[in-house]
Amino acid sequence: MIRIFIPTPLRKFTAEKSIVEVQARTVAEAIQGLALSFPEMDQHLFDSDRNIRKFVRIFLGDQDIQQLDGPDTALKSGDEVSIIPAIAGGKTDGEKVRR
Amino acid sequence: MSQITFSKQELERYSRHLIIPEFNIEGQRKLKGARVLVVGTGGLGAPLLQYLTAAGVGTIGIVDFDIVDESNLQRQVLFTVDDIGKPKVEVAKQRLEKLNPHLTFRTYNTHLNASNALEIIKDFDVVADGTDNFPTRYLVNDACVILGKVNVYASIFRFEGQASVFNYLYADGSRGPNYRDLFPVPPPPGLVPSCAEGGVLGVLPGILGSLQANEVIKVITGVGETLAGRLFLFDAAGFTTRILRIAKDQTAKAITQLIDYEEFCGIPQQVMADESQSGARQNGVREVTVQQLAQLITSGADFDLIDVREPYEYDIVNINGRLIPKGEIKDHVDEISRQRQVVVHCRSGKRSADVVRELQDKYGFENLYNLKGGVLAWAKEIDHSLPVY
Repeated sequence: MIRIFIPTPLRKFTAEKSIVEVQARTVAEAIQGLALSFPEMDQHLFDSDRNIRKFVRIFLGDQDIQQLDGPDTALKSGDEVSIIPAIAGGKTDGEKVRR
Repeated sequence: MSQITFSKQELERYSRHLIIPEFNIEGQRKLKGARVLVVGTGGLGAPLLQYLTAAGVGTIGIVDFDIVDESNLQRQVLFTVDDIGKPKVEVAKQRLEKLNPHLTFRTYNTHLNASNALEIIKDFDVVADGTDNFPTRYLVNDACVILGKVNVYASIFRFEGQASVFNYLYADGSRGPNYRDLFPVPPPPGLVPSCAEGGVLGVLPGILGSLQANEVIKVITGVGETLAGRLFLFDAAGFTTRILRIAKDQTAKAITQLIDYEEFCGIPQQVMADESQSGARQNGVREVTVQQLAQLITSGADFDLIDVREPYEYDIVNINGRLIPKGEIKDHVDEISRQRQVVVHCRSGKRSADVVRELQDKYGFENLYNLKGGVLAWAKEIDHSLPVY
């Protein structure tokens, strides 16, 4: 099994689960598996050409998959895959934004 | 560096630094000689500014355009109840001068934007980014890359925090990865929930801002190993920490000039400012689309959202609007802002249009917008995870 770490902004699609386990041989398969389990997440992960969106950064262990083989990066059971979100800051509802 | 000297009072103040063998008076001299710009005096800026001031960073710049609001006090621990309504940079300066009178503070009570960023940042050695929105994140990053400044980064969302040191200058003259190497493009507005929807645990910026101050001090003094080339992740809810390696994106285009960051982040400027642009009128009621609303939320625009449906409908699905059922509007007229832009929505847009018309005709409101298609359109076009009913 592959463990996928789900970042806070995407947990609303995984019933607030922070870790999801999938069977996969590559990173692409793992992310596909995640999207299959949680269909609402699909559009956040893939563009219309089924490529992983550019702002979705994926790490295998502590390494960016871009430094490995990208979505084709091979996985083995026990691997940990993290989705790293861009987060901007702590402004809450009704407050002014700092620019 | 040795020309920087300390008074007796300063030596006593900094004695706990001076007796750390690898820090000693050389580290303290470097701090005194350093100029650090803190962008944003919010949740991250509060601990950052206080620790950098206490530590003795010689020149500290403070940029923010905002005034202190009651809702800031949940996490922006630099401010007190007495400060509400005052400019943040002024309050911060007064507080910090009392904390350490040996330093120089420069305040910039302004929005940091593409037309002033280079001018402001150029006079500093290190920038600490404590802002809260994507356009400013990219602006600060690009300006730092162009000017060759180190950008000490932290960011927070709900229980989750990130920190890194971008554009670090290594001894061989090369530069470490920057924000764009990690996030080449921002998420489009409305796709990823923003903090405007999500909120943040008040203590989290205290933790991340303190880590940021730690990195600033390490960058200046050369003591320890900075987070350059690494991304620190902290989940306060599960108390998990991770450190990931970040590499330079060799395919990335060189950053040579500042751009329109609102546009880059997919945020059209002043979506509702000009009636001819948006605000299409439908029987005297101005309308905004769900796409425009998504952009407003993501950009952190200053507006209110009112939901005029019934409580049981709100329980089925809501988009964080303030619930004032249509039938109760007249009892709450005084609570609806006449200054801020206010978007009113219901299920499909009909009831909210009636409410907007009533508020305009009977009470003279001029700042109201009806959400076209209501929460149904939002669920269909923006957030597919929401139920329709």
